[in-house]
Amino acid sequence: MPNLSGMHLVAAFIALLLIGLLLVPVAQVMIVAFQNPATGAATLNNFVDFFRSALFRESFWNSFYVSVVSVVVATAIALPLAYITTRFHFAGSALIQSLGFIPLIMPPFVGAVAMQLIFGRNGTVNLLLREHLGFDLPFMEGLNGVILVQSIHYFPFILINLSASLRNIDRSMEEAAQNLGSHGMRLFRRIVFPLAMPGYIAGAALVFIKVFDDLGTPLLLDVNNMLAPQAYLRISSIGISDPMGYVISVILVVFSVLSLWISFLFMRGRDYATVQKGGGGMARRELGPAEKVLAYAVVIFILLLVLTPHVGLMLLSFGTIWSFAPLPDGYTLQNYVAMWEGSRIFIMNTLLYAGIAATADVIPGVAIAYIVLRTRIFGRHGLDYLATAALAVPGVVLGIGYLRTFHSLDVPFVGKPLASWWVVIVLALTIRRLPYALRACMAALQQVSLALEEAAESLGATRRRTIHKIVVPLMKGGLLAGFITSFATAAVELSATIMLVGSSRDAPLSYGIYLFMQTPSGRGAGAALGMVAVVLVAIGTVITQFVIERDKKTRASGDQR
Amino acid sequence: MAQTGITIEDLHLSFGDTDVLRGVDLDIRPGEFFAFLGPSGSGKSTLLRAIAGFGPRPRGRILIGGREVLDLAPWARNVGMVFQSYALWPHMSVRDNVAFGLRERRVPARQIRDRVDAALDLVGLGHLDERMPNQLSGGQQQRIALARTIVVEPEVLLLDEPLSNLDASLRVQMRRELLGLQRKLGLTTIFVTHDQEEANTTSDRMAVLDGGVIQQIGTPQELYDQPANLFVAGFLGTANIFEGRIETDGDGVRFHTRTGEVLTLPEAGGEGANLVLRPQNISMTLAPREGGLRGEVLHREFLGSQIRYLVRAAGTEIVVDQSHSAGRDWFETGAQVHLVVNTASAVVL
Repeated sequence: MPNLSGMHLVAAFIALLLIGLLLVPVAQVMIVAFQNPATGAATLNNFVDFFRSALFRESFWNSFYVSVVSVVVATAIALPLAYITTRFHFAGSALIQSLGFIPLIMPPFVGAVAMQLIFGRNGTVNLLLREHLGFDLPFMEGLNGVILVQSIHYFPFILINLSASLRNIDRSMEEAAQNLGSHGMRLFRRIVFPLAMPGYIAGAALVFIKVFDDLGTPLLLDVNNMLAPQAYLRISSIGISDPMGYVISVILVVFSVLSLWISFLFMRGRDYATVQKGGGGMARRELGPAEKVLAYAVVIFILLLVLTPHVGLMLLSFGTIWSFAPLPDGYTLQNYVAMWEGSRIFIMNTLLYAGIAATADVIPGVAIAYIVLRTRIFGRHGLDYLATAALAVPGVVLGIGYLRTFHSLDVPFVGKPLASWWVVIVLALTIRRLPYALRACMAALQQVSLALEEAAESLGATRRRTIHKIVVPLMKGGLLAGFITSFATAAVELSATIMLVGSSRDAPLSYGIYLFMQTPSGRGAGAALGMVAVVLVAIGTVITQFVIERDKKTRASGDQR
Repeated sequence: MAQTGITIEDLHLSFGDTDVLRGVDLDIRPGEFFAFLGPSGSGKSTLLRAIAGFGPRPRGRILIGGREVLDLAPWARNVGMVFQSYALWPHMSVRDNVAFGLRERRVPARQIRDRVDAALDLVGLGHLDERMPNQLSGGQQQRIALARTIVVEPEVLLLDEPLSNLDASLRVQMRRELLGLQRKLGLTTIFVTHDQEEANTTSDRMAVLDGGVIQQIGTPQELYDQPANLFVAGFLGTANIFEGRIETDGDGVRFHTRTGEVLTLPEAGGEGANLVLRPQNISMTLAPREGGLRGEVLHREFLGSQIRYLVRAAGTEIVVDQSHSAGRDWFETGAQVHLVVNTASAVVL
């Protein structure tokens, strides 16, 4: 085949990039964790030191505790929603299912401060409780705050996965059990829940990892005795030679991989999607009058809870002074003016960084998808695994790895090391978002029938021209979706960028929000900047949905343009 | 085992505005193997599911063993149903699947083991009890689904297109096994199918459904030989329908075709003006015959034991089957032929 060697070159180039930008930095972190900082000899002393320190033991326990309890709270939110929307005829089902976009359009740290103003000790809810009922509840005290913010933001991961599993249970599975004498809670416990379990585990594992790795939320809530904030504080205050940041990184990676592995083990051999010919999803019941009231009460309560960060952020961004009061004292646009004056550079940086990163994700994304699905190049699945492995690498770890690996790598003509040049942020974003873009590209390519390519080749087009004229145009919708998802999530990424921001002139919007939120006087402007982020990402999400829907319709009409 | 009959009276059922069952009356005798036969959308599966208690609540009456069941939940009816998709639970082993109904009935563990063993032996799969359902072939899954249902000793057995997911050769074998099992257990059984061969070969009696209404009930042979209407005639096997009119006078009954030819019928049967004839009850010659219909061969198919001709005659197209034996001549396409009708087997509808 004439162009195979070209494909080999592309594969080798991507492999090199992935090794240099992902494997080496992460390996570097792992190695340093096991090295004596003075002599460089292999040792376990760093880990011994880590567990000897009361603060680190506490941080480790806190991170674990917060993650587990967040999963529990997120489950408590997601389970009723999933159950009600899949099992009953319920008017608000579509609305509830679209809640799935919340963690995408607003990362938890953006709403964290607003949550404090609503649920904190002197926040709206507690002020009202104290005034009318004479007591208050410690929603936001210490770890509680992190748990509340995280579970409100990440419960959709469980909702989406669990709902999908529930919908995929064939009606006859349930009917067969009823036919054999089972009903009610026993039927749910013995048939429905076990069948939905794989979806639940997948969602719960995601929530666990996200919470365990998250840096922005605890930082903004000023909870420092957790693993990710400790890693950040050690590196940013003591420097990149301090081994504790690396030890924490190893722990973060181990837990990420472990929970992914557990969820994989659980899913293996359990493809319970049982919807079959002559079947249909689970039987939906009509709600009785009392059930209806209960269902609406539960759903409305959860929706209110889930929307508080958004409402709070909006109030904060339009409010004048908001302190010791249920609502802001007055409303103004001043925060937006201040934000625009102070942080235009952040917005510009974000558009630049996320734009480059998303572009840089889609190109190797297409290449890897093509290599994996359409060629037999040796090691092609390795490329896929390597690119996807970025999912298991927490942002903090990648940030530390880049600092360590690239601090001695001077960039020609710029006159500073790569680690403190803005491009390093873009590289980190690119690697972090590559798995998302890659999945989108894979999905897009899988929908392009091989016969369409073969038709072009049989008419005399070379492999390269076929890719250029047939494959890429057919993948366009999927590529755009991948681009926008990468862009939108890169635009609000904080954990890796916060480690890599050299000077605030190079900082993106998420870092800007973090800076503003540090001082009470900056909160208004910070919230305004948060609103910009939310709007930016929301627009991206809407466009993605539109593109995907339009693409589906084009295909459905048989017009495979 | 006490045998149970099923009585259905004036059953109506609708999905929203769509009427799916429109006044079904049915009496299924104890121990009978009964088939519901009909095209898709005829309501046959809906009727079966209504007996099991699934789907919208119908109006009318369903009695199982004389007991009114419409107000009973599916789990309180003690009818066993085998689903088209088998519905084996993928998270349970074969043994757990089969034991499920017994555990729900709080049967002692020891008894459960013995009864599950017996049920698995009955379907010949005692050695597969530790397998998971996804490790079984389609035929094995079918047998396990059957074992899971009969182990709880239901009063009646409902089979919803049980063979439709099997390949053709397995289907013939399974339907024999099903029938053998039913005879052994003496269990009143209803079998839903759209395949007339399945219904003909297994059932004692069957009901043909169309448009939510039972068109006719009887043994397979009765329905084939004496269809009650044109739908049943056309749905069971191939039927030639001659349109025309019937005249009765002193010396007999005569059928006038649209092209003016006259056939003498042995007796007046039925009200209609259509004469229904099976393809094998018409013979064909080249030489003119008295009382024959003139026709022209349009098309010819060699089917092995038979040759099937499409003949234009009496203003319509007639299918004629001639049995084939080696060396026998064919009628060529375009040949002018004469059709001799066995009027004794004709049905007037």
